Amino acid sequence: MAKTNEIKYLTAIKTQQRAKKFCRFKKYHIRYVDYKDGEFLKKFLNEQGKMLPRRITGNSLKYQRKVADAIKKARQMAILPYVTDLFK
Amino acid sequence: MGFRLKSTTFAAQLIFLNKIREMNNYELMVIFTPVLSEEDFKAAQNKFTAFVKENGGKVTHDNPWGLKSLAYPIQKKTTGLYWVMEYSALSDFNEKLKIQILRDETVLRFMATKLDKYAVEYNARKKSGVQHYSGTEKAEA
Repeated sequence: MAKTNEIKYLTAIKTQQRAKKFCRFKKYHIRYVDYKDGEFLKKFLNEQGKMLPRRITGNSLKYQRKVADAIKKARQMAILPYVTDLFK
Repeated sequence: MGFRLKSTTFAAQLIFLNKIREMNNYELMVIFTPVLSEEDFKAAQNKFTAFVKENGGKVTHDNPWGLKSLAYPIQKKTTGLYWVMEYSALSDFNEKLKIQILRDETVLRFMATKLDKYAVEYNARKKSGVQHYSGTEKAEA
């Protein structure tokens, strides 16, 4: 006889888990974030040219800070824009 | 006691003085106006490299990127001539360089960055032509 607290679903629930985020700098041993490489820094910006939070990129705090510095330098030197629309 | 106190302060002063005389690695990026001719662009570069050498610095690398479009207009110009130079100099040199650059009307914008040891490593690797350096680093580790 079935237990009373046993829950049954009509369709199988999805048990698939989202892949864990990781810090790409730690994983690939990148020690220096280059401000001259605009294409690389674009990975950390959204369509309006705003910086993406750590929550989304998965960067560690140490490298998020370095990325932030690099992006700000690149903006000063007109490699990246301060504000745009439809960046990507 | 008094003597000892004096000696420590003297030692501290020596350390401080040594720190001032230490050579640091820097990187200078300059954006020149796009109206410069090829020779003028070269002359402007030579002027600054000569200025580094005059002041006891050493130019390790210089790389003219050439004409590149700006991400936003600077002084109503949409393109600029980029030039990147790596050099090592004393810590009081950048202030002198700044005065020289500000006097130059052909410069739209400039920035001197201090390079840490990882940055020097990165630039050296980039110069030797290894583009995807992360892969090789990973293999070593």
